[in-house]
Amino acid sequence: MSTGAVLFYVFAGMTILASLGMVLNVRNTVASAMSLVVAMISLGAIYVLLDAYLVAAIQIMVYAGAIVVLFLFVVMLLNLRTDVFPVARSRLPKLLGIAASGWGLFVFLRLLRGTLPAISPAPEGFGGFRELGRALFTRYVLPFEATSFLLLAAIVGAVILAKRRID
Amino acid sequence: MLVPLEQVIALSAVIFGIGVIGAVTRRNLIVILMSIELMLNAVNLALVGFSRAWANPGGQVFVLMVITVAAAEVAVGLGIVISLFRNRDSVDVEEVSLLKW
Repeated sequence: MSTGAVLFYVFAGMTILASLGMVLNVRNTVASAMSLVVAMISLGAIYVLLDAYLVAAIQIMVYAGAIVVLFLFVVMLLNLRTDVFPVARSRLPKLLGIAASGWGLFVFLRLLRGTLPAISPAPEGFGGFRELGRALFTRYVLPFEATSFLLLAAIVGAVILAKRRID
Repeated sequence: MLVPLEQVIALSAVIFGIGVIGAVTRRNLIVILMSIELMLNAVNLALVGFSRAWANPGGQVFVLMVITVAAAEVAVGLGIVISLFRNRDSVDVEEVSLLKW
């Protein structure tokens, strides 16, 4: 087994453990957010292993740096340090959720078997700033510009929603 | 070089499943939003894996789009959480049944 494969399995295990820790921790929301950071950073490492360097950098900056900080900020603003949520009253949603995700996983993996191409060595400069920037500003310039509208709408929406009173 | 693409996609599916379980079973609205983030991340991993296998940067471009959408979603979602908390003093989804039939 190559070093890359070993690292992939290590970070895959870390990601799965951290996500489970995030979902199953019912007592402390801050600890959930911290588990989310670990999951994000491990995913960033997996992106590096898959030669997606720019995506890895943005993953660390935006997810671990901005989004989770926003979560932590709101958790602390609302003073939710001790989570007082008992387990859901009915067991049904829990069972349904686990059954649905397990079934989805099963079908997905069955469908995938034997249809995927092998991963060959990446071409020179793949996933770097130059290639991705070129793709972003030539072929994918329309979706790129469309995200600016999305961001504008999100900014306005967030300000309106979090305002104390709408006059 | 690395592992087969199947294993990358399988990891993505496992993370997505964990996110679904979190979004369906948890009652804390903030943790539900985090689970949605986890699901978006699982999709990103699948996109990066496919992009790598076909040596096509398009998948990574759309990962950047998904990250943008996730950031926008978190900003709006947490705005909703804050205004909800202000009105109800709780972020428990079972308390918020206004739109429930």
